[in-house]
Amino acid sequence: MKYVPVIGLEVHLQLKTASKIFCGCATTFGAAPNSQVCPVCLGFPGVLPVLNRQALVLGIRVALGLHCQIQPHIVFHRKNYFYPDLPKGFQISQYDLPLGTDGVVELPERKIRIRRAHLEEDAGKLIHKEAEDASLVDFNRTGMPLLEIVTEPDLTSPEEAYLYLKTLKAILEYLEVSDCDMEKGSLRCDTNISLSSLTPPSPLRGEGKGEGVLGTRAEIKNLNSFKAVSRALHFEIQRQTKVLEEGEKVQQETRTWDDVQGVTLSMRSKEYAHDYRYFPEPDLVPFTVTPQELEAVQKNLPELPKVRAQRLAQQYGLSGADAGVLTSSKGTADYFEDCLKISSASHAKMLANWILSEMAREMNERNLENISGLKFPPAYLVELVGLIESGRISGKMAKEVFVECLKSSQSPAAWVESKGLTQVSDRSTLKEAALGVIQEQVQAVADYRKGKDQALMFLVGQLMRRTQGAASPAVSQEILRELLEERRP
Amino acid sequence: MPLTEKVPSSRCPGSLTPPDSPFPLTAQELQSLYQTGKTTPSEVVEALIRRIEGLEPKLHTLTWFDAARVREQAKALERQKDSKGPLWGVPVLIKDNICVQGVPTTCASKILKGFHPPYDATVVERLKKAGAILLGMANMDEFAFGSSCEHSCYGPTRNPWDPTRVPGGSSGGSAAAVAAHFTPMALGSDTGGSIRQPAAFCGVVGLKPTYGRVSRYGLIAFASSLDQIGPITRTTADCALLLQTIAGFDPRDSTSGNLEVPNYLKALEAGVKGLRLGVPKEYFVDGLDPQVKQSIEAAVAKVQKLGMRVTEVSMPNTQYAIPTYYIVATAEASSNLARFDGVQYGHRSPNGQTLLKMYTQTRGEGFGPEAKRRIILGTFVLSSGYYEAYYGHALKVRTLIKQDFDRAFQEVDCLITPTSPTPAFRLGEKLEDPLTMYLSDIFTISVNLSGVPALSIPCGFTQEGLPIGMQLIAKPFAEETLFRVAHAYEQATDWHQRQPQG
Repeated sequence: MKYVPVIGLEVHLQLKTASKIFCGCATTFGAAPNSQVCPVCLGFPGVLPVLNRQALVLGIRVALGLHCQIQPHIVFHRKNYFYPDLPKGFQISQYDLPLGTDGVVELPERKIRIRRAHLEEDAGKLIHKEAEDASLVDFNRTGMPLLEIVTEPDLTSPEEAYLYLKTLKAILEYLEVSDCDMEKGSLRCDTNISLSSLTPPSPLRGEGKGEGVLGTRAEIKNLNSFKAVSRALHFEIQRQTKVLEEGEKVQQETRTWDDVQGVTLSMRSKEYAHDYRYFPEPDLVPFTVTPQELEAVQKNLPELPKVRAQRLAQQYGLSGADAGVLTSSKGTADYFEDCLKISSASHAKMLANWILSEMAREMNERNLENISGLKFPPAYLVELVGLIESGRISGKMAKEVFVECLKSSQSPAAWVESKGLTQVSDRSTLKEAALGVIQEQVQAVADYRKGKDQALMFLVGQLMRRTQGAASPAVSQEILRELLEERRP
Repeated sequence: MPLTEKVPSSRCPGSLTPPDSPFPLTAQELQSLYQTGKTTPSEVVEALIRRIEGLEPKLHTLTWFDAARVREQAKALERQKDSKGPLWGVPVLIKDNICVQGVPTTCASKILKGFHPPYDATVVERLKKAGAILLGMANMDEFAFGSSCEHSCYGPTRNPWDPTRVPGGSSGGSAAAVAAHFTPMALGSDTGGSIRQPAAFCGVVGLKPTYGRVSRYGLIAFASSLDQIGPITRTTADCALLLQTIAGFDPRDSTSGNLEVPNYLKALEAGVKGLRLGVPKEYFVDGLDPQVKQSIEAAVAKVQKLGMRVTEVSMPNTQYAIPTYYIVATAEASSNLARFDGVQYGHRSPNGQTLLKMYTQTRGEGFGPEAKRRIILGTFVLSSGYYEAYYGHALKVRTLIKQDFDRAFQEVDCLITPTSPTPAFRLGEKLEDPLTMYLSDIFTISVNLSGVPALSIPCGFTQEGLPIGMQLIAKPFAEETLFRVAHAYEQATDWHQRQPQG
């Protein structure tokens, strides 16, 4: 019998507010233990919570970014359980009236439904010291604002779960609501998985799960990277398949991922499941989100990855797939568009290729999350592509130049020159061409003098065009600036 | 009076009421003596300290008292050059569940023994700013769970009118101390009658303000949607004065009302002519002590004479108040008391070798039997599978009870009821029978469920000389109405001038 995995994901996102969700304590990461605490977040007797409206605004921003319906009345509930990192003995969370419901995250081939997105407070952190007979608690994290984003069980493979997480993270980065840093714990993830033995869901139907009866699910915690999610799901599919094939039943339980061993281990079974005894938080009155407030948040939503990909594809003639990958990280898409500010649009495809192949490979090798980590600024890539396009160096040479430049932090033009390779960075030649550009582009020159720095990038582009891309953008920029300053009326 | 029989004035260091003593003085009277320079805060606190030291061993109203600190406060006030606050030099006793920075605040529970709050409750902050002298902490039923002040880890408080009887609860220490002239003013807290019932038992004035009128920040929560801090005093005017000081919006309490606080003292003089008084028939039921009934009827006649129009009203859902209350209040309490887990403060059992053991031992050792009973009850009514049948249902009935009040207040300005079905009962009388104990709050509980303000004021004495209290109830944020009626009634009677020593 063939089993179909039915997977759901829960993401906890730390919202980037200056203070905690129910008190005025700071939220700086890495502060000395218990230095960012007060009687309120420590849950001292007699204290009361007061909602930080900014957390609500950021929560709504995410919910709208995930195309959720927004609850007009925000109600908080208490989730009751005992644990030393939970100083009140309950967590203020949301229950039957979450902030957002019925959202969607679009993957290239399917839509993953978002069941809910709700606000809650974070718990503290337990520190277990091997040598000591006691555990320590750091309450700095207690009361940090969290948004929990829960999917429907729409995902059908570890790969799809991984893709969903990448896509979700891209959206969250674009929304600028969180550091989204799994290492710092500002983005955390749990998953649950069961095996269904019946009709597999149609991957193109865009929604829904397989027909028929679902299997018993296991929840997996302690997943500290997207890769760990994928690995844990692979392991769990094998484990549950084996259980079923041996004629046994899968137990409903919570399991923990051991990243070193590459296995999931049982944490607690259903009999020990908590009864959280949710009830409406009597210390907070229900909050109303007015249509005006909602509109204000909606209005400030940035261009999100999918729309940006469509625009880039159209504007620069990129393939849908390339535009998709390019926009899957805000940093990469920004890098690409920064290049195009100083480069001819005709180089767009080549720039995209370089970003998606050579640069992506180097990022991978260095385990870099953000392209800025390569320390190869947009002007360098524009220069490098200019060198290829003008025929000064071959594509093969360019790859070598690129690697050398990463090592030496030199600009490609400077490196090529130092190695005696031809390059139009001869200042007198460039100066002549630059004067021509200044004469021709009256509007851009006027704009620059009004203080628009963008205009300078445009002029650099024009100079590159005039020299068929052979000019060094860095030198071009320098010369143009000098000339424009000299000739200020 | 029994108290004088047991503690003859000649043998009592703070002998009962010498004519020049400041004990029987109200806050207002003290203030006028200060203004004319006839006495000083230091003189007043000396007299009070002597009296407390003499009578406290009999009455046991306090959980914490430090004479040196009281003297220091009085001296500091006398040194103060800038303008004097509205309670300058007036001693105020604080119930042991209201946080005072650096002073043991324990809810009369073993689990909080040794806890010194790192901050002041908003009401305490306001009292300090107003120039009040914080006299000490008052005994109470553990976590305000009780109606007799017997559920205290420090032992019971006794009623100054008859030390074999309870002072009522849970603010029994506050009410008894005011009645015994340890202080002109005290703060209590009221979740189901905890200010009004002891005020009635001790023959003093007690007010539960409208939910949201006084900040709860710093009040160690029993049931968050029902709790209010309120004044206990010997006169209505003092009650108005104390409410004036502590009332008003507090950004630290999301449930506090963002409304202007009216001038309560000014409102006192407005009289009652034309005000409509409602007598809810459901409050005059079997089990109501005939002497209490008589006193209330006499009071109704009295205020009618003063110009109030009296009508009978019906509040049909009154009978559901007790079960509704014991679901809502215990549910919230079970969650509010979860923080007493031995991790950060208070008692931690030395016998907990595992985490679970630490929790169960700490809480098992730290909480008294009534606290355990309520935590278990509250946990049960919120449990999955029972929530709808109990808690969900109780919330709906609570709305019905609230609607009873809304309807009544379309017809009348003020309701009158007995505060308690009986006068003060004997120590131990109801201790073994929690349900009978719960019934002593039968007339006060609906008020908390509805959020409306209510005041208890002395309205007579039984043949045995025990005080009887009547309860006045008004619309939300209409404390002025309560003060007008109570003050007019007080002016026309002398119940409030009687003193325990006769």
